[in-house]
Amino acid sequence: MSLLKVTNLTKSFGGVSAIRDLSFTIEAGTIHSIIGPNGAGKTTLFNLITGVYTPSSGSVRFNDREVGGVEPHKLAELGMNRTFQNLQIFHNMSAVENVMVGAHLHLQKGLLHSMLRLPSLARSERETREQCWELMDFVGLAQYRHTEASAMSYGALKRLEIARALAAKPKLLLLDEPAAGLNDTETREVDEVIKRIAAQGITVVLVEHDMKMVMGISDHILVLDYGAKLAEGTPAQIRSNPDVIAAYLGTVG
Amino acid sequence: MTSMLPPALQRHRGLIVLAAVIAVLPLALRNDYHYDVVINAGLNAIVVVGLNLLIGYAGQISLGHAAFFGLGAYASAILTTTYGWPALGAMAAGIAVVGILAYVIARPILRLKGHYLAMATLGIGVIISIVLNTEAQVTGGPDGMSAAPFTVLGYTFASEQSWYWLVGGALLLTVWLSTNLIDSPIGRALRALHGAEIGARVVGIDTTRYKVLIFVISAMFASFAGSLFAHHTPTVTPSILGFIKSVEFVVMAVFGGMASVMGSVVGAVIMTLLPNALAAFEDFEPIILGGIMMGTMIFMPKGLVPTIAKLLRRKETP
Repeated sequence: MSLLKVTNLTKSFGGVSAIRDLSFTIEAGTIHSIIGPNGAGKTTLFNLITGVYTPSSGSVRFNDREVGGVEPHKLAELGMNRTFQNLQIFHNMSAVENVMVGAHLHLQKGLLHSMLRLPSLARSERETREQCWELMDFVGLAQYRHTEASAMSYGALKRLEIARALAAKPKLLLLDEPAAGLNDTETREVDEVIKRIAAQGITVVLVEHDMKMVMGISDHILVLDYGAKLAEGTPAQIRSNPDVIAAYLGTVG
Repeated sequence: MTSMLPPALQRHRGLIVLAAVIAVLPLALRNDYHYDVVINAGLNAIVVVGLNLLIGYAGQISLGHAAFFGLGAYASAILTTTYGWPALGAMAAGIAVVGILAYVIARPILRLKGHYLAMATLGIGVIISIVLNTEAQVTGGPDGMSAAPFTVLGYTFASEQSWYWLVGGALLLTVWLSTNLIDSPIGRALRALHGAEIGARVVGIDTTRYKVLIFVISAMFASFAGSLFAHHTPTVTPSILGFIKSVEFVVMAVFGGMASVMGSVVGAVIMTLLPNALAAFEDFEPIILGGIMMGTMIFMPKGLVPTIAKLLRRKETP
């Protein structure tokens, strides 16, 4: 059974179809990339899958459950999580608190427990902080354990979002341009982090412009153009696909 | 330096300082009038600490909090005099009713944002104020009404001194509960929805639910302070819950420091003492109030306490 199954998905804004009649499936335990020229609808597709937008028509099934238009916080409960191309960091909190917010679903949240800070809550808070520090180590942010989010660099914040998403223990993790705006070293680090995430059995879907990265880590690639599927397959198949070459480099003559 | 302290002490630094100030302050209080001013400052501080949970931490505005303060006051006054309830019972009933009312109001209006939310909460405050003004057979109308003396387990709080310690204790309790709440999963959810709402939603936070929750809690704090106020003041009149009073609460929170519990206390105390210190210039009070608000926004948008704290930190680490 596929983890995510998108069927005849369409999203229109006014008269413009950002996504047109798109169908594809994503198998569990692999790394998938969605690529395409600017304006191809990649981020729109992400927003449709993660409940930020409601589909105009078609279906999105996650874990064999229809989730089209389901609110983001309910999708998180079902095991779907994401990061953002234009970061959605909590700048009013420390780095580790950002990650701790990611663990929200798994924490004790009683009002009286919180206001009286009962011993069980204090203990759970200590453990959560430890676990979140470990997640920060995992994505390579060990030196930011005691830093405020507002004092961190763009590249570090990208990884902080990944740590926050991991804290929710997702089955499916969607990364929206995790390497955008990063230098080569940082890109390689993120690349390593994504491989390690996949190695833990979390299915990863990423939208990315960095072709080297996409070709290097993906098991499966979906190419979008003008909101529709242009091609689909392994990196080798995509690299030799004439339609893809035409879309990216233009046709000759 | 501060990170050497155990976490519990570090979290409650402000509380400890506040307790020390409350303990020694009576040395400077010369007469009942002084006590009266400080007690009212403490009651305002309770409201503002609660209001700041909503405004400063969760990033939602309310221009109607005086209404919840007033409802608490009227609940205590009506239940203790007309119906002869015990003071604590009346207070609890007031808090419960305000909590339920705030919940019912919050569901629809917290879907609004920014100016729209401000207008909606303002409207709620005006409606409640009008109702209490016109239902004269229950509330005494514009003349107001008095609450019975505040008696707990046979002890009646009568002297200003006894009220000082009562309100001081109530304020410390409010600060302690609020500080704990902020540093909990709920508190992080509130700060997260303020920082980046969509970021909070995708990790599983039902942001609407938390906005409603904190609106209700902050309304209940206001009601709690209102109940105490009713027993302390000679008469409860509708003027205590007017729009201007709501604005004063917001000014206290903004001036003292958004997202700062101690800022709320400092803001409430200064803004309560100021009109008394400036009694000779009473006609100019709104101008001075407006001037302070403008000055705060221009020169220290984060408010007094966070700005000073930042300056001190900068001095520590040159």
